[in-house]
Amino acid sequence: MTDVLQAPGLDRVAIELVVNGVPRRLVVEPRETLAEVLRDRLDLRGAKVSCDAQVCGACTVLVDALPVSGCTFLAVDADGRRVGTVEGLATDGELSPLQQAFIDQAAFQCGFCTPGMLMAATALLEEQPHPSRDDVVHGLEGNICRCTGYEPIIAAVLQAAGGDMPSSRREEVPAVTSAEAGGDPLDPGTEPVESQQ
Amino acid sequence: MRHVVTRPDVPAPIGVPVPRRDGVAKVTGAAAFTVDLSVPGMAHAKILRSPYAHARIRRVDLDAARAHPGVIAVVSAAELDDVHLVYGHAVADHPLIAVDKVRFAGEPVVGVVAEDAVTAEEALRLIDIEWEPLPFVRDTAEALGDDAPVLHERPGEQRPHRGFEEDIRRTHANVCSSSRQAWGDIAAAFSDAHLVVEGEYHYPMCYAYAMEPYTALAQWSDDGLTVWTSGQHPYMVRDDLAHCFDLPLAKVRVVVPYVGGGYGSKSYTKIEPLTAALALRAGRPVRLALSVEEAILTTRGDAATVRLRTAFDREGHILGRHATIHLDTGAYAENSPLVGRKAANRLGGPYRILALDVTCDVVYTNTAPASSFRGFGAPQVTLAGESQLDEAAAKLGIDPLALRRRNVLDPGERPWPKARGIDADLAGDLALAAEELGWDAPLPPGRGRGICLSASDAGSEPITTAIVRVLADGSIVASCGSTEIGQGSSTVLAQIAAAEMGVELDRVHLIQSDTAAVSYDRSTGASRTTTLMGLAIQAAARDLREQLVEWATTALAPDGPAVEERRSGVQVGDTLHDWGEVVRAWFGGAAGEAVGRGYLRRSGATAEMPPFWEIGCVGVEVSVDEQTGRITIEKLVTVGDIGCAINPQTAEAQDVGAAMMGLGMATLEELVYEDGNLLNGNLFDYRVPRTTNLPELRTVLVERGDGVGVYGAKGGGEGALNPVAAAIANAVERAAGIRLREAPFTPERVWRAIQERDAGVAR
Repeated sequence: MTDVLQAPGLDRVAIELVVNGVPRRLVVEPRETLAEVLRDRLDLRGAKVSCDAQVCGACTVLVDALPVSGCTFLAVDADGRRVGTVEGLATDGELSPLQQAFIDQAAFQCGFCTPGMLMAATALLEEQPHPSRDDVVHGLEGNICRCTGYEPIIAAVLQAAGGDMPSSRREEVPAVTSAEAGGDPLDPGTEPVESQQ
Repeated sequence: MRHVVTRPDVPAPIGVPVPRRDGVAKVTGAAAFTVDLSVPGMAHAKILRSPYAHARIRRVDLDAARAHPGVIAVVSAAELDDVHLVYGHAVADHPLIAVDKVRFAGEPVVGVVAEDAVTAEEALRLIDIEWEPLPFVRDTAEALGDDAPVLHERPGEQRPHRGFEEDIRRTHANVCSSSRQAWGDIAAAFSDAHLVVEGEYHYPMCYAYAMEPYTALAQWSDDGLTVWTSGQHPYMVRDDLAHCFDLPLAKVRVVVPYVGGGYGSKSYTKIEPLTAALALRAGRPVRLALSVEEAILTTRGDAATVRLRTAFDREGHILGRHATIHLDTGAYAENSPLVGRKAANRLGGPYRILALDVTCDVVYTNTAPASSFRGFGAPQVTLAGESQLDEAAAKLGIDPLALRRRNVLDPGERPWPKARGIDADLAGDLALAAEELGWDAPLPPGRGRGICLSASDAGSEPITTAIVRVLADGSIVASCGSTEIGQGSSTVLAQIAAAEMGVELDRVHLIQSDTAAVSYDRSTGASRTTTLMGLAIQAAARDLREQLVEWATTALAPDGPAVEERRSGVQVGDTLHDWGEVVRAWFGGAAGEAVGRGYLRRSGATAEMPPFWEIGCVGVEVSVDEQTGRITIEKLVTVGDIGCAINPQTAEAQDVGAAMMGLGMATLEELVYEDGNLLNGNLFDYRVPRTTNLPELRTVLVERGDGVGVYGAKGGGEGALNPVAAAIANAVERAAGIRLREAPFTPERVWRAIQERDAGVAR
């Protein structure tokens, strides 16, 4: 990918960033947000803009390892700093433990909040490698997810931390008994057999 | 999760919580949503919106905006005289851009297309409009007044719409439609009653907040129109676009990439006709990406006022229910006529009721339009219906759970004449909820419990097709018009195709929601996809297998031993041939493929309506802080009665998500209008649940194989939302002795109710 270089003028500013470990030089307008620059100039479209007001967390990216809202963080303020996005989480095609935990726990549905959620959780685990459930709940309070009801997200972060959740709920294959095949589907027939997890 | 399974055995990978197939794309940022797409030459649009709730447009001056450098086109209704501006699927009343007047603050009036979004935004400020403000109606009560200002001087034309088949009835100029559900002798029911419970209940105007705001990208070519959109229903959008631009259906292509949440709010047509019109005038591909603030003004949920009376005998049997429902659909009908029909159907609840009379008026007001939203009338009416069961239980001295058990429908029993019998064991579901909640355990002071139930006539219409193909190497391509909106359809439908063709899941590719590549499906909504598209895929797979057995006879055993069908191919003599071999043998080379067709309509198993009943069964334990009025949901139990969980992980996830959304609407969420202006139309002021609102969760999945779908499946994903508000209201009554009838149950409302209780004011 070629960097976007235009002549700086009165209304333009040259900035240097290290994005996911790669040094980038760009000329931006002072009004441009970090989310705009990442998405539209660097083609890193993982971070999503939703509320556009720093309350939903969908655009969360890391600046010097701290989570910021890309929708309101000006690109010029990232000059000389390290920027981390969801595209940088996997290394050589290998998902990070947190990404894998999100898949294991189905910690997403539509996926629109997921890039921001992953970056917020990455920062959280950086600061607290062994968080309690409460730490995770409070650490992710700034990130809205409208699909999952949060429980699988909390489970995924705890899984990635090697915490107190079982590594995968995929092991929960239920005990199954057969009612008579071909029988009346409305007939309750046999007693229920249950597996409790 | 507790898992209760009594259904017959199912073939792999049915019933297996395989990882979601969209997982890697969604955790790496690779998943492309509409806003992430661009096409060469793409320009950007911004919309000028009405500042008035109701006003005539006197004069529009677009010259200065047109002269602004970088502007490509500035378009008002006057520039679109070659377009059918008014669309709508049940009632055509919605102009894609305001014509002569506006009916709500936020209505699109002018569109600007420019080289970039910032330039388009700048040009909006150069547009000059002369307005003549008109008197407006704020709410349904005002709208139904004798001299109320009328929103639609000419009623919108009714359009043939499978799913809303009754004739539109208008009882007032501001009534968009009126639906009735009635049976039995209602007068006798009330005159025989030992107890009549009466009340008025309010369900708020809510915003679905799909985190991806509405976005569309339209491109015209010599061969017609292509639109990429965040919409749930590609085929419905296609139909409206063909109507607006006078195109054959075949010349409109609608593509839906990943969708950032829908919850019903992205069903039917939204901004696609406007985007296409702007692209037509600009002569360029155009992207229109709304902000969240604009999305709120595009679609919200129907607010409801429900006046309900329920008659009981001494033992708590329900003798009759009489209700009047007013739904606030805002300025346009959208899908509210159908929401109104469903609200009328769903008010009674899954109970044996001797007589019922429900009228639901869908009422126009000068507010943002309301349409489909998860639950679809059910949350609105379930608050009323389930509240009154607990009110009656208290008055009759009966345990609320026992009262429900006494009235609940048995499996197979019809809620109303001609309706499909209930395909669920509701008493069993109640028992599971009670067990998980600890219904009989002693309550600490200040705490209360509630368990509520709902059953929705769901599934919409069985108008669904699917195509399944076997390629020359034996891998499978299934294609369907159902959209992956986060619910997991891309995983579940692939599991069904794999099971039906007897191949490994990783040999199946699923194509979804591109009208140029897949065949017709009515919609992705009403919790219908797993059930109805599942059946269509099953039918296509069976059609395919039939052909392949025939091909095997022709090509592999023309004179020889009988060909026997096996799970993953055919057996000829001692040799098992997989499907790919059959295809290659029949074509006589290394190439070719076989095509199977699946059609679903009102016939056979899906002849009866509704296609299935969607069950909601939820329990809560709450505590009430009497000093602040703050309710805390301590514990939330969901019972997902879904017949067969094709993927238990995604099924459970749907229930939890739905219940948490219901919790938001019961305790936090409400759009507030004042004098025609939305006061909290942004995410600062409109609060949705966050991690810290999450209660202790207990989930139950029940699989009894009693649904109409594949392997006894039926729909889920909305049910757990519907009873949440009522369950909380009932629990709060037991905790604090107050009866809440207006959601959301904010601290202020709860605190006021506590003050009234203490002042001894009768409620």
